[in-house]
Amino acid sequence: MGSHINHDQTMTFNKHVNVYWQETKYEWLKSIRNPAFALPAVTFPGLFYVFFGVLMNGYNPQAATYLLCTYGVFGVMGPALFSFGAGLAIERGQGWLDIKSASPMPGGAQVISRLFVSMGFSILILLSLGGLAASLTDISLTLSQVGVLSVILVLGGLPFCLLGLTLGLSLKAESAPVVINMVYLPMSFLSGLWIPIAMLPEFLQSFAEFLPPYHLSQLALKVVGLDAGGSVANHILILGLFSGIFYVFAVLASRKKAN
Amino acid sequence: MAQQNMIAFAKGLTKAFKGKSALSNVDLEICSGQVLAILGANGAGKTTLINILLGRLNHDSGDVSLFNAKAGSLEAKRLTGAMLQVANLPETLKIKEHIRLFQCYYPNPMPYEKVLAYAGLEKMQNRYSKKLSGGEKQRLLFALSICGNPKLLFLDEPSVGMDIESRQSMWQAIRDLKSTGTSIVLTTHYLQEADSLADEILLLKDGKVVKRGSSEAIKASVNHTTIRFCTDLDAAAFDGFDGVVSCAKSGKYIEVQTSNASQCLQGILAAYPNLEDVTVERAGLEEAFKQLS
Repeated sequence: MGSHINHDQTMTFNKHVNVYWQETKYEWLKSIRNPAFALPAVTFPGLFYVFFGVLMNGYNPQAATYLLCTYGVFGVMGPALFSFGAGLAIERGQGWLDIKSASPMPGGAQVISRLFVSMGFSILILLSLGGLAASLTDISLTLSQVGVLSVILVLGGLPFCLLGLTLGLSLKAESAPVVINMVYLPMSFLSGLWIPIAMLPEFLQSFAEFLPPYHLSQLALKVVGLDAGGSVANHILILGLFSGIFYVFAVLASRKKAN
Repeated sequence: MAQQNMIAFAKGLTKAFKGKSALSNVDLEICSGQVLAILGANGAGKTTLINILLGRLNHDSGDVSLFNAKAGSLEAKRLTGAMLQVANLPETLKIKEHIRLFQCYYPNPMPYEKVLAYAGLEKMQNRYSKKLSGGEKQRLLFALSICGNPKLLFLDEPSVGMDIESRQSMWQAIRDLKSTGTSIVLTTHYLQEADSLADEILLLKDGKVVKRGSSEAIKASVNHTTIRFCTDLDAAAFDGFDGVVSCAKSGKYIEVQTSNASQCLQGILAAYPNLEDVTVERAGLEEAFKQLS
């Protein structure tokens, strides 16, 4: 190693892509090996669904279909909020993100890798929910319904990833998991993900309009013809609006760090 | 120091946090193949200085440049490595996975085997970071800081929590890296570390550079000598002798700091011929450090 070898300090396109791939791969290994994250994320939606969606409904297929959609929404929100929110807050608190930010890692790799990992977990959750629904209920969905539903739910995790990102950049490591649960669980309930929105009191039903999970669940329910009748464009617009707001918050939160 | 080999500098660096000065008018140059140690008490501004050099913190006024680029720019980051103080690292990745990931961030990473050898991690590649001791974590962080074949390496308190053996082997690694032309900036509380590694020492106090020079020069600037002996007498008995700066009793021993060793020692021995175990020692870096900061 001579001291004056003039190494080429540029990255080829392939090396750039490789950074994103490696970051995603190790983010996935890190998450799937962490039982405190992976276990509740993958099993809770299934357990809740079996209890509320199947057993409590006396195996009613329509209720089981309805709740399959809403527990799907509940499921994809979990890894989005926790991987971004809690995961990031903890690594930030440890000082680990300082090491990463001092390295030439592109800032986007951190976000993109977590996005893919959340989506990977979403797929695992949807597979487990689908498996439970197929074996325990008399739900009948066409293949295209299953496909469209999966795409909606996996992509629908995006606004929650951005919300998680904002929380992860602003919360302290110790309080992050608690605060995220306090956002996640009430928001799920109030959006009608646990029990159908129509069974909630009137004033709560109108409040749900202001919550992003409600709109995602309406999109999912549209696929099986059980939605409340709002327009698709409207739901997508509102989800997009929330994504935009959370994105701006996330950018502001990350700027605040580097003062 | 040869000016043409200067790879980074800071000039007139000033930084305040909420009106409270953290650094004022700090100048420094880093030359290739040089080890620069930044010494100072807690709160002296060491970490602030490193963070500004890394571009992780904005400064209020002054100039900073690394490799003719802006601190914190991508060009600077690709030529720089940083070992910062970290409470913990992601626990569910193995040592080899951490290293492989960091290697891919750089255009010309250091070969994997070489990283392991420098950091002394050959035997624990498959260990999860959860199972590492404090010193082993430091070694992993050191490995990550050199993954990119840095031309300039920042080490913030590198040997914290290390046992003597790992500390020695890390010092050797630092010397080896230096001999390949890598410049190293290290902050430390551990004076022996600065003494045995640094070509130049920068002593910070309250955000100002109070002393700058080689370890020898700094020691020489403190022309004190310590006379140490065993006695039952009180320390106060020795205050009046030639050139005495301070007297202190620790256990059975008394330590007298004097600026005039021979006169002082003659006087003490004439007055108390029965002292036992008398030693005379020139001030080390530690005394210099105490006096200057």
